[in-house]
Order: sequence, then structure tokens, then C-alpha cells
Amino acid sequence: MPDVPGGYLDAASTEPLHPAAREVLLAAMDDGWADPARLYGAARRARMLLDNAREVVAAVVGARPDEVSFTASGTQALHLGVLGTMLGRRRVGTRVVVSAVEHSSVLFSAETSAGAVGQVPVDRTGRVDPGMFRSALDDATALACLQAANHEVGTLQPVAEVAAACAEHAVPLLVDAAQVVGRVPVPAGWSLLAASAHKWGGPGGIGVLAVRRGTRWRSPLPHDERGSGRVPGFENVPGALAAAAALRARSEEAESLAASQTVLVERIRAQVPELVPDVEVVGHPTDRLPHLVTFSCLYVDGEALLTELDKEGFAVSSGSSCTASTLRPSHVLQAMGVLTHGNVRVSLARATTAADVERFLTVLPGVVARLRATAGVDRL
Amino acid sequence: MNPDLVLDCRGMRCPLPVIELARRIDEVPVGGVVAVVADDPAAATDVPAWCRLRGHLYVGPGEPVDGAPSYLTRRTHAD
Repeated sequence: MPDVPGGYLDAASTEPLHPAAREVLLAAMDDGWADPARLYGAARRARMLLDNAREVVAAVVGARPDEVSFTASGTQALHLGVLGTMLGRRRVGTRVVVSAVEHSSVLFSAETSAGAVGQVPVDRTGRVDPGMFRSALDDATALACLQAANHEVGTLQPVAEVAAACAEHAVPLLVDAAQVVGRVPVPAGWSLLAASAHKWGGPGGIGVLAVRRGTRWRSPLPHDERGSGRVPGFENVPGALAAAAALRARSEEAESLAASQTVLVERIRAQVPELVPDVEVVGHPTDRLPHLVTFSCLYVDGEALLTELDKEGFAVSSGSSCTASTLRPSHVLQAMGVLTHGNVRVSLARATTAADVERFLTVLPGVVARLRATAGVDRL
Repeated sequence: MNPDLVLDCRGMRCPLPVIELARRIDEVPVGGVVAVVADDPAAATDVPAWCRLRGHLYVGPGEPVDGAPSYLTRRTHAD
């Protein structure tokens, strides 16, 4: 089993490997080692395992198996989804419409491939307005992108309404479902969908790209002789199988896990402003992911906060600029107009207990108070 | 708009510009305007967010100082 401490509260970055995936991963390394593109027994076996994995994932995301490809990561799935659609629809236009709070890989892909990028703003909770999204679409729009839920603040997006608007304009909608697959029901209405196995407890190195039949898509990559579809190269059969096993197990427990995580997150949302002065809890209060809560502590340096929490045994992440490789504050927090400093994202793992959350709530106020006292801002 | 107080926070990283604003806004009378000059891009979000949390009024961007943006805040209450 992965050695995961109880203070691991960063499941939105990566969920530790699900116990159901571990056994399958080891078995598939023995059983699914051959080249699934070849024509002998062991190869057919590998092909069959890969097809099984595809069927499991397809059922969960609401796709047909032949619409689903495994990629090397969620990021690669988004890159291929955006670039391939732009190429397939370049006769229609070169404009992309995105929400302002998409994952950076969507924003960078759009920047790379589009003639113009329309960014739809969000409200203070991080949610796009479907009406504004609809107004941003035009006849030269080749692609629209909307996440199912925001990765930094947990707000669910109105995918169904936006999908309806896209359908009216015959614009394909790419849904980044990385934060919802295996946790909450996957919204319908997508033309392309991307996800990432390590976010649901599968292994790293497996992403998912689903392209709805009839969506114009052309590979932006060189032709691959294997003819294995949308993703070039030798498939990671054991990884795909383990990802599918984790997803199947995760889907079966999703409802009960979401219910218990919702209670714990509700407690954090309610208690943090009671226990710590000058804190703003951000993200939508009800339309949100069950396992994720984000707050910002006024006058506190985000990096210092992460370092001190780490010393206390807690692993969390932050959208504050001092913690980002770019030294720029999170574009999500900026788009929402909420404090970008002193930011903490807590995301509960499958194994996180009520006792872990209580310990976090016990430790946090002292950590923030100490940092404020050291900086001389405790009386501001 | 001529600010009553200009805080030069160039070179300061988040959250220092907002801390400087919090420390010194009392130096202007209620109704007075403080300009925060800051080159940290986080200030563009954090100054308005601070005003919202503290009940002061974010007026908008002011005149840049040697290329560094400035942010105008009106003190709307005594404490």
C-alpha cells in the first residue's frame, strides 16, 4: 500500500493509488505485457485487457468504447483535445471560447492553436454564467472549453446549460472532467472529454481523451504507423487496466464517499472562519466538489503557511503566487477577485478520516497566529 | 484624482503591499484616498479584495508611477 500519512490533504493534486488498482497493476504486468497491435496469443490477450479497460472508462464517462483513448496524462488529453479539434475545424474558424478559470493546459493549448481566444469571466464563486458563455460563441468559434469543476476552488460549472448553448451554435464543447470522474456524476453534453487516472486513484501516466462520434478531430501529431487511433505509440496496458480497476472501485463507493467527505468539508468551511480571524472561504458554498475546500488568510504568506503546515504533518496546496513556479498568483483566484495571498487548498483523500480533519482544525489556528505574530500583522 | 497618501510598494511581494495599506490607511481622514503603487501583479487582485473584506472602497487603478501600476482606495470608515 502507498505510505500516505493522515495529514495528506492534497487529493486534488493526486489521489494515492486505490487498493483495487494495485493488485490489478501487478497482475496486468504479468498478463498484459505484449504488444496489443500484434497478432499472436499474448498480443490478443493484451488487446483484450486494453479493450476491457476502455469499456469500463467509457461506461463511467458516458461514452462508447470506441470514442475513448488512453493518453499519457490528463494534460496530454487536453492538449490533443484542443489542438486536434482546432485542426479538424480550421475551415469553420480559429476562435476558441474558454472560461477564465480553466486548467492552464487548456489556456496554453488555446493560446497556441487559436487565432483568437474568448475568455468568459466568472463570478466571485468561480462559476461562469451560461448566458455570458452563450454570448461569447459565434459562427467562427471552432471550439468551446469548460471544466466540469474547478481544480482550485471546487466550484461546479453549469456544463449542461453551456452544452445546450454550444449545440445551438454547432460548436463542439470540450469538458475537462479531471476533478469529477470517479467522484461525482460526469455531466452530459460534451463533444470531447478529458480526465486523468491518478486523480481518481489510478496510477500516474494514464489520461483519458473521449471524442464523441461525429466531432471533427484531426491529430496534430505526425502519422503513427501503429494506427492505434488518436494517441501515438505503444499503449500502457497495465496502467490502463489498473486505472479502470481503480475507477470501477471508486465509482461503486463514490456516493457514500462523497456523502462523508461533504460532511467533513462542511465542517472545515464552517470552522475555519470561527477559529481563524480574517479568513475568506472561497468557492461556491453548495454547488461544489465534495472533497475540496479553499480559503485565504489575510496578511499571511502562502509559502510560509505551506511550510509550517508541512512541519505539522499536513500536505496542502496553494494558489498564492509565492508558491507557484511562475511567481504569478493563481489565474483562478484573480478571475474570482478573491485574495490571492495566504491561500490554502484542502482536498480530502479517500482515506482521510474525521480525526485527520479535527487535527488539522486544531493545528491551523496556531500556525496562522504564529505567522501573523512573526510578521507583526496580528493587530492589523 | 489626487491621492492624499501615496504608498510606494514597488519591489514588495505579496502580501506586503496590502499589509502596508492596512497599516497606513488611518493616516488619511475618512473620505481620503490612498494610492498603493505596486509592481507585484497580485496587488491588482489583493487591494480590491482587501477593500471588500475591510469595508473600504476600491476606487480603481490610478496613475502608473514609472511604469508601476497604482491602485486607489478610499477610506470609508474610522476603524
